[in-house]
Amino acid sequence: MSDQTTPRPAQEDAPGLPAQAGSGAGVATRPSLVKEGPDPGAAGPGGGLGRQLLRLFPLHQMHSLGLLVVLILLGVVGTATSGNFLTSNNIVNILTSAAVIGVITVGQTFVIIGGGIDLSVGAIVAVASVWCTTVATQSHGLAGMLFTAVVVGAAVGLLNGILIAYGKIVAFITTLAMMASARGVAERISDRQSQVVTVDSFNRIATDKFLGIPLLVYLMAAIVVLGWLLLNRTTFGRHTFAVGGNPEAARLAGIAVRRHTMLLYLLSGVCCGVAAVMLTARTTSGASNLGNLYELDSIAAVIIGGTLLAGGRGSLFGSILGVLVFTTITNIFVLNNLTTDIQEIAKGLIILAAVLLQRTRGARSPA
Amino acid sequence: MRGITKEFPGAKALDGVDLDVEPGEVHCLLGQNGAGKSTLIKVLAGAHQPDSGDLAWDGEPVVLPSPTAAMRHGISTIYQELDLVDGLSVADNIFLGHERARFGLTRRGETATAARDLLRSLGHPEIAPGTEVGSLSPAQQQIVSMARALSHDTRLIVMDEPSAVLTQDEVGNLFRVIGELTAAGVAVLYISHRMAEIRAIGTRVTVLKDGRTVAGGLPADTPTAQLVALMTGRESAYDFPQRVPGGEPPERDEVLRVEHLTQPGSFEDVSFTVRAGEIVGLVGLVGSGRSEILHAVYGATRPASGTVLVDGKALPPGRVTAAVRAGVGLAPEERKSQALFLQDSVVRNVSISSLGRFSRFGWLDRRRETAAAAERVAALDLRPADPQRAVRTLSGGNQQKAVLARWLLRGCRVLLLDEPTRGVDVGARSELYALVRELADSGVAVLFVSSEVPEVLGLADRALVLREGRIVHEAAAASLKESHVLDLVMEESAHE
Repeated sequence: MSDQTTPRPAQEDAPGLPAQAGSGAGVATRPSLVKEGPDPGAAGPGGGLGRQLLRLFPLHQMHSLGLLVVLILLGVVGTATSGNFLTSNNIVNILTSAAVIGVITVGQTFVIIGGGIDLSVGAIVAVASVWCTTVATQSHGLAGMLFTAVVVGAAVGLLNGILIAYGKIVAFITTLAMMASARGVAERISDRQSQVVTVDSFNRIATDKFLGIPLLVYLMAAIVVLGWLLLNRTTFGRHTFAVGGNPEAARLAGIAVRRHTMLLYLLSGVCCGVAAVMLTARTTSGASNLGNLYELDSIAAVIIGGTLLAGGRGSLFGSILGVLVFTTITNIFVLNNLTTDIQEIAKGLIILAAVLLQRTRGARSPA
Repeated sequence: MRGITKEFPGAKALDGVDLDVEPGEVHCLLGQNGAGKSTLIKVLAGAHQPDSGDLAWDGEPVVLPSPTAAMRHGISTIYQELDLVDGLSVADNIFLGHERARFGLTRRGETATAARDLLRSLGHPEIAPGTEVGSLSPAQQQIVSMARALSHDTRLIVMDEPSAVLTQDEVGNLFRVIGELTAAGVAVLYISHRMAEIRAIGTRVTVLKDGRTVAGGLPADTPTAQLVALMTGRESAYDFPQRVPGGEPPERDEVLRVEHLTQPGSFEDVSFTVRAGEIVGLVGLVGSGRSEILHAVYGATRPASGTVLVDGKALPPGRVTAAVRAGVGLAPEERKSQALFLQDSVVRNVSISSLGRFSRFGWLDRRRETAAAAERVAALDLRPADPQRAVRTLSGGNQQKAVLARWLLRGCRVLLLDEPTRGVDVGARSELYALVRELADSGVAVLFVSSEVPEVLGLADRALVLREGRIVHEAAAASLKESHVLDLVMEESAHE
């Protein structure tokens, strides 16, 4: 006992005393312990870069940084377990499979930051898909199909928005109802048959490449960039944060809260329409079961991306990282011929871990 | 209770309160808003811990570390805002927290019978124990609250303005119940502003002022004038800015005109005007309709009838966006829940109502936005002077400045302030007063609501006195006396 306790005060005193006396050694060891962290394995490569990035990003984007680290770790795991992971072919594969859900997640992020939720995204994709692939629509060619998909998505989203904002029905319930009935409409239109796309130029959306990267990936990237600009650089984005953060304060500050809420669901619907085009082109047919469970995937991506489910706070960048994390996990599992059950368990654990991380961050930030 | 003190950050809510309540009496507690009544009640209920002072119960010193402890001693509290669970039945509410249960299973039959007995003893056998509480009238809910208080072995019931939600008949019944309780030896601590009620049921009166007992245990028939005198004469700790030198404000254009604004149950036939550069104060008790009038003027609620005109043009009723466009701004009473985006920076909170000015086709020029907001923030001497700081880290006074900066940036013509100094510490108040005066001098028409009479008399040019939703008096603030205003505010309507 006494052997252990006596050296301890001496150790604690040591850096203090020389520091006061101006000794170089004492001053040098202190900061390095505090800032760099004692574990070179964990913080060594990321520590310096992390601090650099910290200066570049405001504190609330820390979460995205954490996700980036998770993504890099996944990359390490993928490379270690499969020789095929770090090939350009595989990276393109990951991005391509992230494209559809990525576009949907852009809309979902807006809705959730605005204090709502959209459970109907998968069903909207299905309706838009079967509507734009009916024989009648296909007869109008590529433009007619694109127009139909986007307008159908927008219309269903608008209906959601009107019911929620002006009908004052809770978003969860409205979109739950829409999830069921829109899927039903899709089944009715298609008679549960898949509708093969015969318009060649439409299918080329999924197959065409530019510089070796599929058009789908560019499309997603463009929508993510547009979404990011809309959220962070426009009055619309600012109002979205305000409406989600404190709807009463937003109303009393003179924001047209109901109209804005409606527009958020319209936006989500448009994203679903675009996603429907992408997904339909990939499968070269419209079907009523397309987009199944996409609502859960997109919500999960938004949540692990650091957006508060309660609204008012969030990051589109984080949401997209969330999508990439999920698609990368799937990819690693496929490459290693692992069954999907473990994959689902891993997804669940990641969601929980992300939320726990958010809580500790939330507890720390008010200080 | 002896020498109770309680300090909150920035304010001493209780500063040596003495209070004696004897079994079987109705002890009335009188004091202006902010005198410390609510804090005192919370100390008694075990919800707040006093910083010093002693509580004695039956002659024995006690500590009440929690509401449950207070209940165990037989102290029950009926708060102003009823704390019932709307979705539960009457019986479940009465026994909430001490359910009649065996092995975790509630004994529904026994609970219902016990509830029925309690309600019958309160003279309300018509309230069925199975009814959902949310479907009852406020008066009935209050009876349920009281039944809940009695379901414990209660020896002291604290009632915080119980008559505020009741009609005349219901007040009569409440008094009958109180009479029965006191006859059975239960003590009642009764808080009310209404002198007539104190006369009708009070045994003794204790008067609080500025967190101190100024008179304890007076007989209930002490003349009103004496009681009012005790409540007032508060030393004002604040400096009020000078009104326009020379006394009379220059005749300026009328900016805000309110005509016959009516909302049954809240306010009736309210008409007034505010000129540019003028500060008009609305005084009244809680429930006199003061905040409701502001909200109706702002379009946050839609009044049943009446018109609001800004610069001679009528505003569409119930449309905040239209009011803001016409140049009206509101600093609401509940800053945190009604005005601020707490997690956001000061800049974003200030600019939120003026984003259109810094954008083209919706595209924000953030540099201009930040510069303009920072300029207003600096002009108001908001501290710390870091416009990127999260607004939740600011003190109450500085948060209020952020709200004012929002409307300053917007360039509003009419500023509505609801309890502008609530939650603002003493030092910052004088600063806010000076700020409001400065705004008025720059031509803004200011209409503000306050429950603190000295604040209205010190800050306003003109005061409107409200009682039960009607303007009962209007005068130049400088010519009014605090005791006179209190008389007007508290007096029971003669025709009732």
